[in-house]
Amino acid sequence: MSGTILAVQDLSVSFDGFKAVDGLDLVVERNELRCVIGPNGAGKTTLLDMVCGKTKPTRGSIMFKTLDLTRMGEYEITRAGVGRKFQNPSVYEDLTVLENLEISYPEQRGVIGSLCFRRTATLRLRIDEVADQVYLREYLDIKAGLLSHGQKQWLEIGMLLMQEPELMLLDEPVAGMSPREREQTAVLLKKIAPGRCLMVIEHDMAFVKMIAHKVTVLHQGKLLAEGSMAEIQKDERVIDVYLGH
Amino acid sequence: MIRTGNRFGILSIVVLAILLLVILPNVLDPFRLNLVSKYLVFAVVGVGIVLVWGYAGILSLGQGIFFGLGGYLMAMFLKLEASAPELPDFMIWSSTEVLPWWWVPYHSLAVTLVSIVVLPTALAFVLSYAVFRKRVSGVYFAIITLALALTMTVLLVGQQGYTGGANGITDFRTLAGMSIISDEGKRILYFVQVLMLLAVMSVATLIVRSRVGKILIAIRDREDRVRFSGYDTALFKAFIFTVGALFASIGGALYSVQVGLITPTLVGAVASIELVIYVAVGGRMSIIGAVYGALLVGWAKSMISENFPTIWLFFIGGLFIGITMFLPSGLAGLFARFARNPSRNASPTAKFQEPVK
Amino acid sequence: MSLDIAVMQVFSGISLFTILVLMALGLAIIFGLMGVINMAHGELMALGAYVTYMTAHVFEKFMPSLMGVYLFFAIAFSFIVTFVFGWILERGFIRFLYNRPLDTMLATWGLSLVLQQTYRSVFGAQEVSVPMTSWLEGAWEPVVGIQLPLNRLFIVGLTIIVATLLYLALFKTRWGLKTRAVTQNRLMSGAAGINTDKVDAATFAVGSGLAGIAGSVFTMVGSTNPLTGQLYIVDSFIVVVFGGVQTLLATFLSAFVISQTQTTLEYILSGSMAKVTILLLVVAVLYFRPNGLFSSKVRQ
Repeated sequence: MSGTILAVQDLSVSFDGFKAVDGLDLVVERNELRCVIGPNGAGKTTLLDMVCGKTKPTRGSIMFKTLDLTRMGEYEITRAGVGRKFQNPSVYEDLTVLENLEISYPEQRGVIGSLCFRRTATLRLRIDEVADQVYLREYLDIKAGLLSHGQKQWLEIGMLLMQEPELMLLDEPVAGMSPREREQTAVLLKKIAPGRCLMVIEHDMAFVKMIAHKVTVLHQGKLLAEGSMAEIQKDERVIDVYLGH
Repeated sequence: MIRTGNRFGILSIVVLAILLLVILPNVLDPFRLNLVSKYLVFAVVGVGIVLVWGYAGILSLGQGIFFGLGGYLMAMFLKLEASAPELPDFMIWSSTEVLPWWWVPYHSLAVTLVSIVVLPTALAFVLSYAVFRKRVSGVYFAIITLALALTMTVLLVGQQGYTGGANGITDFRTLAGMSIISDEGKRILYFVQVLMLLAVMSVATLIVRSRVGKILIAIRDREDRVRFSGYDTALFKAFIFTVGALFASIGGALYSVQVGLITPTLVGAVASIELVIYVAVGGRMSIIGAVYGALLVGWAKSMISENFPTIWLFFIGGLFIGITMFLPSGLAGLFARFARNPSRNASPTAKFQEPVK
Repeated sequence: MSLDIAVMQVFSGISLFTILVLMALGLAIIFGLMGVINMAHGELMALGAYVTYMTAHVFEKFMPSLMGVYLFFAIAFSFIVTFVFGWILERGFIRFLYNRPLDTMLATWGLSLVLQQTYRSVFGAQEVSVPMTSWLEGAWEPVVGIQLPLNRLFIVGLTIIVATLLYLALFKTRWGLKTRAVTQNRLMSGAAGINTDKVDAATFAVGSGLAGIAGSVFTMVGSTNPLTGQLYIVDSFIVVVFGGVQTLLATFLSAFVISQTQTTLEYILSGSMAKVTILLLVVAVLYFRPNGLFSSKVRQ
């Protein structure tokens, strides 16, 4: 079943006069794995910041199915089904991998609910399942701070999976990973894409080629080009601005 | 990060219970036992600070506000009982002719007890939720609490006719008929105090062991991530701050009963910050540590004030400096480290970093 | 209210303003750079006051003929002593608490207690005052009916000079450039070769020196005792938090707004209610502008 999950219209934001994102239009469908690329400062991270609620746009709308995300707070957007992975791995260093995943469980997230929360068998099964998917099954009792950089990225993806989001925003998921780890991540992302909508920012073109259904190129806050990887690589404007060769 | 293992947890509670319920009452004279009651009052407040500061990373330099509220509310009841049927002495001295309308309900013990639980709690929640929603935290928040503690002191001192001014409210005699100044009365109050402390510690432990404890640690270390996991972090912070305020208020009320007076000095910046040192010494993430910290520092204060009064500021100043620089995890941290590795001489500061907000 | 009284009312708030501005500027540049609040800042001010007192004493005893100019030496010494003390403090103490701003508050609070007791032990608990400089007695009457005390004018002049020097130092010198760079981006500045340790120490020292001058100024309007530092410290924090630390101008304006509001309210309400009102106003303003009244939206 297909449908538009995310619809961005005329989105703009400026900081102290600097236009980070300028009149952007973007549509992402269900089951799509969209990669967003572009030179530094193109506005990619800022776009993600606005979708997940970290930054408020100065103009435009962001529709997630029927919800207008620009009117919602971060935790509300998360509860609505949007998951964000940050550029620098953002996990709870002092808690174990298991506890990190447990906190991300999307039930009983209020104060009263949390006070009465019990670790049920269902929860444990789900944690095991997700840990398996992100290659961290043997590391459940290790403090997250002790994981390698790449493993922390996987843990963060795992935390997102626990939340069962319909839209996943991944900011440079393979930064700092070895080639083998990149392959594993590509496999992981392709496995979790069905039924969801993934928006990935990346600089590694080989990786983008491995996973992308469709690619959006941003430049100076505006949409430069959009299409399949093959089309993008041949696009004159993109070559000028970004791909160089 | 220190977390008392289950074995140690139960053992240390048993040791504490024996110390407080069996050893001290049979070894100390009534005067000293009453002093211990006072230290345990601060332990009650300290347990709240462990939750708010140790777990949630919120430094409040104004716990005196809630301590004072509880203390003065109880004081009003005790004073009315002691002065009946006349007006409290300080009102007569200030030419206040009629009992102010907001004093009148405190003839009733029930109203007093309910106020002690409800008023500071409501104030704490409304204030802290509003402030945390605006993402004010860390240093800014600490300064605001400091300023509010100062404000309250100024108010109390300035309104002498209603609050007893700089001298506070003194000379309590009985609590619902039972004498609080006789030796037997004080002995009973000691055991009441210990029970209240154990109750407060139990509630705190329940909170900490629940999922809320982990969420608070996560908020302390990486608040924005927690928001993106779908939690209303301002609500959690306000919740724990309110719990801390409640414990402080209960502590204040107990203070009035145990010591027989309440003054504005217990509300101000100096007293509020001093409450933090008890917890810092004991170990900011250790509930039991707060109790031992209060006992040790309290005992040191009594001893030093009696024998070498000029040294006190050097002592407590040095304690602040020493603990934050060399022993950030307090005595509990020291204990845990030696318990894990009795032979290893671990480096004291190791990796103790505050959260990046 | 007639113009005469209005002008004099504004002027009476001036001594509070000057002390607050000097204290707050010192706090602000330290907080802006390192994110730490030095709770012993008030005791540094007291140190400056005591140094001024001692200078006056020495001059009185050994060089009575030079009493007319002791003040200038006193101000210079106050700055130098507190500057050096601040440098030592940063290198020997504060820098070990890097990245732990809340713990720094507690540790510096401990320091303030130690300093208070030291002053009490060395100078005694009672108040000490400095002799008034003869040529600062009296008042200037620019227009009939408006009397502006000379010593207040001197203080205002001094503060303006100090603030200007600070501005020039921050924007026209190499040290200032480095300091502003590290304030904005510590990591990059270090990578670009700036010795961030030295910048930290120097800035802390300058901030402390400003407190020392504030102390000197204070001796002209009041007498000093070990608790003098506590008089202005909370107000100084309020000024910094209220104005925001983005620009020095913000701190300057904030000090002006707060000091004028306070003295005006004291005129209308009682002393304690004035303070309460100010504090509540500040909290209310912070609710709407959590980064300070004069801050702007910056990308995270």
